[in-house]
Amino acid sequence: MTHPDYSYKLNINPELARTVLKTFLRDEIRKVGIEHAVIGLSGGIDSALACYLVAQAIGAHNVYAVRLPYRTSSPDSLAHAQLVIDALGVHSETVEISEMVDPLIARTPGIDAKRQGNLMARARMMVLYDRSAQHRALVIGTSNKTELLLGYGTLFGDMASALNPLGDLYKTQVRQLSRALGVPQPIIDKPPSADLWSGQTDEGEMGLSYAEVDQLLYLLIDQRYSPDECVEAGFDRAYVDRVWRLVRTSHFKRRGPIIAKLSHRTVGIDFNYLRDWGY
Amino acid sequence: MKINLGLAQISPKLADVRANCELHLAFVERAAAQRIDLLVFPELSLTGYTVQDAMSEVAHRATPSDPLMSTMLEASRRLDLVVGFAEVDERSRYYTAGAYLSQGKIVHVHRKVYLPTYGLFDEGRYFDLGDSVRAFDTRFGRMAILICEDFWHASPPYLAWLDGADVLLLTSASPGRGLGMDERLDSSRFVETVNKSYAALFGSFVVHANRVGFEDGMNFWGGSTIFAPDGELVAQAPYFEEALAVAEIDLADIQRTRKRIPLLRDERPELTLRELKRIIGH
Repeated sequence: MTHPDYSYKLNINPELARTVLKTFLRDEIRKVGIEHAVIGLSGGIDSALACYLVAQAIGAHNVYAVRLPYRTSSPDSLAHAQLVIDALGVHSETVEISEMVDPLIARTPGIDAKRQGNLMARARMMVLYDRSAQHRALVIGTSNKTELLLGYGTLFGDMASALNPLGDLYKTQVRQLSRALGVPQPIIDKPPSADLWSGQTDEGEMGLSYAEVDQLLYLLIDQRYSPDECVEAGFDRAYVDRVWRLVRTSHFKRRGPIIAKLSHRTVGIDFNYLRDWGY
Repeated sequence: MKINLGLAQISPKLADVRANCELHLAFVERAAAQRIDLLVFPELSLTGYTVQDAMSEVAHRATPSDPLMSTMLEASRRLDLVVGFAEVDERSRYYTAGAYLSQGKIVHVHRKVYLPTYGLFDEGRYFDLGDSVRAFDTRFGRMAILICEDFWHASPPYLAWLDGADVLLLTSASPGRGLGMDERLDSSRFVETVNKSYAALFGSFVVHANRVGFEDGMNFWGGSTIFAPDGELVAQAPYFEEALAVAEIDLADIQRTRKRIPLLRDERPELTLRELKRIIGH
């Protein structure tokens, strides 16, 4: 790392963050006439933190946590998810997705690990949205700001949710808030992983460290530095270019499907209402 | 003269005027029970903030015969009110408006003169610009209403002060943003700092009613305040929670402060005007 340390700019007041996010969850869930939430618990830090927040916001007895292991998932993941369930006292259920995913993999010769991972993410989404209907519960998203900006998520898979309390927190901020809220230590300490295959880590797969990329994203996105200004600030040119390209080329994942305009008034273009307007 | 001021820090329901009207009447009821003289509601308190294409359904005329206005006027027989609404004029132009209502009469309507249209704001797309800043007389002295972005600019509070306003009634639907190490959001810190400064610079009471609640993930931080003419904080509502904040203020504090620091007496508007004319090339 040749640039100055900007990590202090990512420091947050956890108590203030907790207040805003709890109020957000309570307000946006209840205003649509719903009392419950459903959340997929991977055993990782993001879903653990989101589960802590939603349990504090609407009460653990109103939260349905679902563990969704695939046969190659690490046993630690199940155990870590159980730590969260036990600590909070939320409802819990475990649904094996191997039997949903494997038949499609079996009839798809040549399907690579990434495509298999996407299938798993979408199978989990199917279960969560079914449980959403079953319990009249909204699906809580767990994608953090770093993942959203880099496009490190499966469209209509783990990126699908009704509302997401973590989407404006960088990964390093998720860690800060998790520590403050008392998320179990083994979950905080382990390397982040999508757990799609054995030994996978986010940082290994992306070839980026969260501690480093969060500082660059903070300058690019929050402070509106141009890529050139980031290089002047001390970041390596190739690194800046690569990260900025990831942000741009993943933008489609952050937007809904685009619609061809024909009429005077078109959904997604000039039919302008907030989602809250509908309730 | 001492008056009881109330700040109605509510969470309006987006684009549901009927529900918000009931919420207003419930707060009027609570305020009347506490012998409040003047109750101030936030910006767009009767419509919610991000009205967008629902504008034509939620906007009302600022005339006594308008059904919404007549309901609020009826309530104003019990105590003076400042309410926020989307105003439509006779030619279908829309304004972010704040009305001072007292004893069944519309005393004053202010139309927001600065419409933020940047970042998370898109007000200029939906609203027209108000074109005047005026103080007005109430039974408690001369006051002025300014709405949110109006007081992020220094000129409207300055104009209101020179026009005789001794109490600035500031209303907003201020979206919270800027999470850092501080125990307040950047937006809260900014607004509190400028409001405290206006109070001290003008030797006036500065009353700020802000809303709470969420609209599609955007939070409104509340924390409504009253600052005294010496810049001291008199009362503050909690952050992020609905509340009715109440404080008794002594309007004589204005004269006392100005005796000590005669900034108004020594202000030179003709100098300001001369230099302004030079600066803008007139």
